[in-house]
Amino acid sequence: MVAGALFFAWLMRPSKPDPIKLDVYECGEETVGPSQVQFNIKFYLAAILFVVFDVEALFLLPWAVAFKDLGIRAFIEMILFILILFVGLAYAWRKGILKWA
Amino acid sequence: MNFEYYLWKLTDLIAGPFIHTQVPRDGWTGLILHVIFMAIVVVIILAFLALDAFFLIWLERKISARIQNRLGPMVSGPRWLAKFSMWTGGIFQTLWDTLKLMLKEDIINRRADRLGFMLAPFICMAATFMAFLVIPFGKGLVAQDLNIGVLYLVAIGSFAVIAILTAGWSSGSKYSLLGGLRSAAQIISYEVPMIFGILGPVMIVGSLSLVDIVEAQKNTWFFVPQILAFLVYFISATAEINRTPFDLPEAESELVAGFVTEYTGMRFAMFFLAEFTNMFIISAIAVSLFFGGWMLPFGLEFPKVIQLGNFVIPYIDILLGAVVFFIKAYFFVIVLMWFRWTYPRVRVDHLLGLGWKVLLPVGFLNMLLTGIWMMIKPRGG
Repeated sequence: MVAGALFFAWLMRPSKPDPIKLDVYECGEETVGPSQVQFNIKFYLAAILFVVFDVEALFLLPWAVAFKDLGIRAFIEMILFILILFVGLAYAWRKGILKWA
Repeated sequence: MNFEYYLWKLTDLIAGPFIHTQVPRDGWTGLILHVIFMAIVVVIILAFLALDAFFLIWLERKISARIQNRLGPMVSGPRWLAKFSMWTGGIFQTLWDTLKLMLKEDIINRRADRLGFMLAPFICMAATFMAFLVIPFGKGLVAQDLNIGVLYLVAIGSFAVIAILTAGWSSGSKYSLLGGLRSAAQIISYEVPMIFGILGPVMIVGSLSLVDIVEAQKNTWFFVPQILAFLVYFISATAEINRTPFDLPEAESELVAGFVTEYTGMRFAMFFLAEFTNMFIISAIAVSLFFGGWMLPFGLEFPKVIQLGNFVIPYIDILLGAVVFFIKAYFFVIVLMWFRWTYPRVRVDHLLGLGWKVLLPVGFLNMLLTGIWMMIKPRGG
C-alpha cells in the first residue's frame, strides 16, 4: 500500500528542481555553517543513563513472568538490585545530569 | 503458540460465516485457500489502518475546533451532512489532503544524506504497522499471539527513535538535527518508566502474551489494582509518541516542526499518518493491559449466537467484543486529543525531570506494592 502510494505520487507529482528550492530551510536566509552542528553533551549522558536502565528493564520482564513461582527470596533480591541502580540514578541526579540549564 | 493453528483459526473466522463447507486443511487446495485467505486478512488490516488514520486526523481537527469554538473542516464532503451538524461536516478532508500531498513535489535538499533521508519515513511507517501483529481486537481476532507480545511491542516502539534520529540527522538542517536529538532523548527517557508501567499487569498474570493478559481480566480490570501503573504507562506513552504536552521534537513554533522540516509531499504524509496510527496503538495497548481488552466489565459476557427467527448469527460474541474494544480504544484516543488542545508544551528540563525523577520512582513503587500484594494475598486470585 505504501509502495503503491509512493508510486502514484511519483507518477503524478511535478519535478522542477532549482537551486534555491533545494537549499536547506533557515527562515529564508542563506544557510550559515555546517548543518551537523555540535550538540549538547547532555544528550549523551541521558543516553548512557538510558542504556543502564533499559538493560535492567529487559532483565525485569522475565523476572515478572516467573514472579509467581520464584517466591520471596527472588523478590527481595530484585529489590536490592534495583536499589543499587537507583543509587546510581541518585548520584547522577546529585551531579546535576538531569538538570538542563 | 502454533503459528499454523492461529492462521487456520483466523481464516475460519473470516470464511466461516460465508462458506459452510469444511475448509480442507491439507494438500494443494488447502494451501491455495490458505494463501488467498491470508491475502484477504492482510488487505483488510491495511485498509483498516489507512481508514483509521484518515478518520483520526479528521477527528483531531474536529475536536480541536470544538475546543476552540470553531467549526473545523466543513466543505469537503456531502453538503447535506455538513448541514446536519458540525460533527458530520468535512468528512473527506483528510482524503483530499492526502491526495494533495501525493501531488506535491518530492524535494530532497542539497545537504541531505539521500539514503537516510529516503529511508526514514519507511522505517517509521513499517515500525508502526508491525505493532498491529500482536494487538488482540477480539477473542481470537489477533494476527499472531506471540508469547512475548508485550516485549515485542516495546521493541517495535523503539524503532521510532531510529527513524526520527535518521530523519533528523540526514535532513542536513539544523532544526531537523535539534528536533531529532530532542526526540531521541525524550523517547529513551520515557521508555524505562513505560516498561515499569507495563510490568504490573505482567507480574500479576505471569505472561507476556497480550491475549493471556486480557483473558486474566475477566472479573477485575487491571486499572483497579494497577492505577499507578496505568498513569505511569499512559503519561510515558504520550511522551513516546511525541504528543502534546510532550511534543518538543516537533515544536512547530520554535523548531519549525523539528525532524520533518525538510520533508515534503508523500514522505511528510507518511510521518503524519504514522503519528496518528501510533496514537491508536498506544490506546489499544492501554485497553489490553489495563481495561480488559474486548471484555465487558464485571465479568458479563455476550451471547455466543443470536437467533432471529430462522436465522442464526454466529460469532456474535467475537464481533461485539471487537466493537467494545474499539469503543474503549477510541475513548483513549479522544483523551489524548483532549490533552493536546488543553495543555501547553513542557520545557525540556521539566520533561527529563518528570521522566527520571517522578515517573521512574513511581513505577518502581508500583512494582514493589504489586509484589508485596501478591505475596500476602492467597493464591488463585
